[in-house]
Amino acid sequence: MAGQSDPHLSLFSADELEFIAEDEMVEIVPNLKMDALNLISGDFGPFVPQITTQVPLWLAVALKKRGKCSIRPPEWISVDKLTQVLEAERESQEMSEKLPFHYVEISRLLFDHARDDIPDVYMVRSLIEDIRDVRFHKVETDLEAFNGRTIAVKIKNLSAMEVNIVRPFIRRALQAFCKHDSPELIPDPERVSDRRPQVANNAPRRQLRR
Amino acid sequence: MASSPVEGSSFPLDDYEALLSTTDVELLKRAWRNEKAAPEILRFETDLTDRIREQIQLMEETVEEKSAAGINPLSISLYQMDLDRAQFLLRSYLRIRIQKIEKYMFHIAKTDELWNRLSREEKSFTRRCTDDLKQHLEESVLSKLPENYQSFQRQSVISEQDDMVPEPQLDTFVVCRSKEYLTGIQLEDGPVDDRQLLSKLFEMEPGVLYFICYKSIKALVESGKIDLL
Repeated sequence: MAGQSDPHLSLFSADELEFIAEDEMVEIVPNLKMDALNLISGDFGPFVPQITTQVPLWLAVALKKRGKCSIRPPEWISVDKLTQVLEAERESQEMSEKLPFHYVEISRLLFDHARDDIPDVYMVRSLIEDIRDVRFHKVETDLEAFNGRTIAVKIKNLSAMEVNIVRPFIRRALQAFCKHDSPELIPDPERVSDRRPQVANNAPRRQLRR
Repeated sequence: MASSPVEGSSFPLDDYEALLSTTDVELLKRAWRNEKAAPEILRFETDLTDRIREQIQLMEETVEEKSAAGINPLSISLYQMDLDRAQFLLRSYLRIRIQKIEKYMFHIAKTDELWNRLSREEKSFTRRCTDDLKQHLEESVLSKLPENYQSFQRQSVISEQDDMVPEPQLDTFVVCRSKEYLTGIQLEDGPVDDRQLLSKLFEMEPGVLYFICYKSIKALVESGKIDLL
């Protein structure tokens, strides 16, 4: 089970992101007979050989590991679809909306545990890596457009992992802009000239320490 | 804070998804993510954690019964995994709160609004923590300082405010997503006056991610209209 992340480094650890993504639903084709599971996270099954059913990814992976099912890769995990996505990503500065929020984690889990269920797995994998690179490059160029007037940033279709990676940078950058922009910190020339000596005024110091 | 949600075109979720989003685990996951992302401590989810605790206990009993009865070990291990996941969420949720309490205990203890957000157990934890830390600070350092510098809350007697009490930084930036179309979000509040250009009201589309100052959307997080992530 994933450990607690250090909140100072990044908000969610890779394990925690995977944990969140494991609740996404996938289709499986079981090869065993088992009664329905009434879990805390919901009711799944019953499981009948060759009858497709929907389960969360963690359950699918657990069954797959024991050789009890095959996983139907989601529709977007195919050479055709991913090639289209890659083209769309290359053509436009906008992020494609065709990928799920957790596409990195889902594809990683499937590559790790269900390679044999994905047709053309090598091609699919390299497509996803290319898409990741293109998207990252776009995020990076977007970030260059920041300036001191930026007080909110809107990003469409950014994925969970991408958010997590750029978050510390964006947060610090926006905060720095905010801080240097703040009128309280810009020394007022008039006030400086008749500055009284060392009054017990902690306000500026508090500002700086933050 | 001025915020008037407009009845937007909310897409009807298909029944399956709606059903899933209402499980307590799903709700706890949301509370967990919000708590992780928010700089300050949020309201404790008393009812939700009670329900989850009950479900965990019930499930523990079920798993025990099943394994005693020698039922299919595969299904037992799946029940156990589900149980582990729910327990992880609950523990992680409680721990983040404890981390925040430990960091900002004096601030929480003296701010009614924050104090009322704690659970009963957290209140008694905070009380013990503040007492112990205060005693420790006094015995090890403060009592040996000149009289004017003996407060654990202030640098010296001439300090105008409690300047030795760490406070969460509310003007930090968070990532958030709205469930519905929101308009009229006041981005800059407070006495910042050279920003008329920017303090125009802000709109939020559902499902789009925003990096935004926590202070501006605080009320919307508290009312559950916006999720942090």
